[in-house]
Amino acid sequence: MTKVTFKIWRSNGSPGDGKFQDYETDITEGMVVLDAVHQIQAESASDLAVRWNCKAGKCGSCSAEINGRPRLMCMTRMGDMPEGKPVMIQPMKSFPVIRDLVTDVSVNFRTKKKIKKFKPRPPDAPDGTWRMAQSDIDRVQEFRKCIECFLCQDVCHVLREHNLHEEFVGPRHLVYTAALEMHPLDVEDRRGDLKDEGGIGFCNITKCCTTVCPENITITDNAIIPLKERVVDKYYDPIMRFFRIFK
Amino acid sequence: MEGYTTVKHDVLVIGSGGAGLRAAIEASALGVSVGMVCRSLLGKAHTVMAEGGVAAALANVDDRDSWKVHFADTMRGGQYLNNWRMAEIHAKESPDRVKELEAWGAVFDRTDDGRILQRNFGGHRYPRLAHVGDRTGLEMIRTLQDHGIHQGIEIYQEFTIIRLLTYSGKITGAIGYDREKGLFKVFESKAVIIATGGMGRIYKISSNSWDCTGGGISLAYHAGAELIDMEFVQFHPTGMVWPPSVRGLLITEGVRGEGGVLRNNKGRRFMFDDIPENYKNQTSMDEEEGWRYTQGDKNARRPPELLTRDHVARCIMREIREGRGSPHGGVFLDIAWIKEKISNAPEHIRKKLPSMYHQFKELAGVDITKEPMEVGPTTHYIMGGVKVNADTQMTSVSGLFAAGECAAGLHGANRLGGNSLSDLLVFGKRAGEFAAKYAKENTIPSASVDQIQRIIEESLAPFNRSGSGQNAFQIQSQMQDFMQELVGIVRNEKDLNAALDKIEALKKQVEQVSCDGNRGYNPGWHTAIELPHMVTVAEAITRAAIDRKESRGGHFREDFPDKSEEFGNVNISIKKDAAGNMKMERVQKEKMREDLKQIIEEMK
Repeated sequence: MTKVTFKIWRSNGSPGDGKFQDYETDITEGMVVLDAVHQIQAESASDLAVRWNCKAGKCGSCSAEINGRPRLMCMTRMGDMPEGKPVMIQPMKSFPVIRDLVTDVSVNFRTKKKIKKFKPRPPDAPDGTWRMAQSDIDRVQEFRKCIECFLCQDVCHVLREHNLHEEFVGPRHLVYTAALEMHPLDVEDRRGDLKDEGGIGFCNITKCCTTVCPENITITDNAIIPLKERVVDKYYDPIMRFFRIFK
Repeated sequence: MEGYTTVKHDVLVIGSGGAGLRAAIEASALGVSVGMVCRSLLGKAHTVMAEGGVAAALANVDDRDSWKVHFADTMRGGQYLNNWRMAEIHAKESPDRVKELEAWGAVFDRTDDGRILQRNFGGHRYPRLAHVGDRTGLEMIRTLQDHGIHQGIEIYQEFTIIRLLTYSGKITGAIGYDREKGLFKVFESKAVIIATGGMGRIYKISSNSWDCTGGGISLAYHAGAELIDMEFVQFHPTGMVWPPSVRGLLITEGVRGEGGVLRNNKGRRFMFDDIPENYKNQTSMDEEEGWRYTQGDKNARRPPELLTRDHVARCIMREIREGRGSPHGGVFLDIAWIKEKISNAPEHIRKKLPSMYHQFKELAGVDITKEPMEVGPTTHYIMGGVKVNADTQMTSVSGLFAAGECAAGLHGANRLGGNSLSDLLVFGKRAGEFAAKYAKENTIPSASVDQIQRIIEESLAPFNRSGSGQNAFQIQSQMQDFMQELVGIVRNEKDLNAALDKIEALKKQVEQVSCDGNRGYNPGWHTAIELPHMVTVAEAITRAAIDRKESRGGHFREDFPDKSEEFGNVNISIKKDAAGNMKMERVQKEKMREDLKQIIEEMK
């Protein structure tokens, strides 16, 4: 058992309010950062706000910045923290703080709602079912692993530094759109929306989102770049442009 | 006087897991106005943690499967205490509910001919679980969420319901508070659907989310609804045991479905040592046959690791108690051994069980493709809950409906794996349908202002004791400790009575709970509000467990280790009496329809 100091961001959510506060607690083998936060809550800060749910890396609620890095608190082992140094925990920077470590992520729910929903082709079989090959859905299943922790939105500089939440849907929603666009049954076309409201052009492929994804989704290479190519094929291909004149 | 705001809906759904979402989608499709209250953010409910799959007799992998086999399996698994009408509806309707998800965008794993793939699971005669690797729950909740947000449902995220409102025995709505600001809101509605899931967090070792406090069961009880089968708690045989901070975290039954085996510290597959009489015909007698079953050989019978959860959990307990356990107090679950059988085993394991691989690697530093896991039983599910009408899901309170884990009946004394995801789809839909119908036929009696003010005052009382009262987190943790120890997997009268004494003491402590700070996103206050509900559920479980003097399914009494015929025909019912005490009653089961009886006979 060792004593570790935590520097935890405390804020009442009003603009400009907030400071790091120090807490000490005992750490035992196998503990994760979220365990430590709960222990601090129970011992000395019953009103310390933290959002969590499954504590198993499956619900994506406990996103925060630990020693400056966007991570899930429940999947960050204390044993992996540098020894003898305090552990710093801050809320996600891309979103407004509600209180302490809890942020207002509602913009993500509004953004998702604007994306055209799944629209399947007519069923393949008389009993109303479809046929799909496993190899055709492997990619879509990769995207559907997303737990909506919004760490990719947090690290994306378009949202984080430039606060362009209204102009750019961000990596999470590009992954969501990619899952729809590459779904073998889907017949909707979202390329125009991606170019305009989606702001896909804002992404300049720095791959930070891929680096922080706790589900290891290859966001940039497998989702964003293929979507960019689809948009380019439709709107910027010089040969197709030429043919369109005669349409 | 403390203020509050009021909103009106035809149907209010409390809970936004699979059952709540499915109910809300159905009700709104029928043209009534629907509000849905999420305790957490949308899409984070405990359904995301479901791993193995959703049970439905699609017969895609084995064409001998049908609703009749599924029905018989469910009844056998539940030791015939199930509500047979619910088991019938569930087996008949689950295939359509699964296909419907595909039409809404779900992407299940496929068979070679492109249909939905199904896998083996404990207690299911044929491969029946539609799945997506080992993250089926996530796929389901996301599909329902992404479909539901376009249905015109009003969604209240991070709201907690404190009490249901009634007027002369009829539901009139609910009162809750929003976590962000701590402000009160009254939801006036003609019908209310409870879909709040389970109660694992009243135990210390649990696979459940923060959400699973049994709140909805308590809300319904205090509104006058009848509860049944509360003594039946499912302890899942395979939870993580090491490191301590993840103790209880679930390891899917899918590991065993894919060929994983249980061994004690002598290396023995101890599940072969005790195979119950009524499963002997369906269980393989040697390791070779068991392996062939997991690889799809239709002539092989299933290995004993895939017996029902109650039985496997007890066998594991036996090994641990008799000194044949693993170093950290569990037994070994080994999937790595399949490398003796197939060439690309590590890759195969990572593909079939990606979350399990990830979970052990990240949290325990164990590579499951190379070494065995250490596992032990964990509190997983409650078969009991709010009693409902099998067809409509209406409770004994007019206008109050319940669906999913918080409702009771389908699973009897023990639930089969995979039957909960199908439960929430089938009965979520039905609850939504009949709640909408009820709402169209009824008006709202207006809520009593006095009643509301009283609830608000009670809820704020912990702030008045700031600095002087009891710590909510510590009381909660005391309760988790003694529930685990005294009302756990092996029970006896003495322990249960001791637990009851502790619960009575706890009730007094709960009245002295205090909290600091202010009302915005205050976890101390939130816990103070939840505690009385958790204590109510703990009391109901304990009292019912004392009353059932036999062992059956999830309820094991070492002082009554056998099944009794008398108890085989009764459900234990709990209601709040006029004085506010828990009233117990043994209710005779309704006689099963002849045609269903015959199906069970044929499948024996």
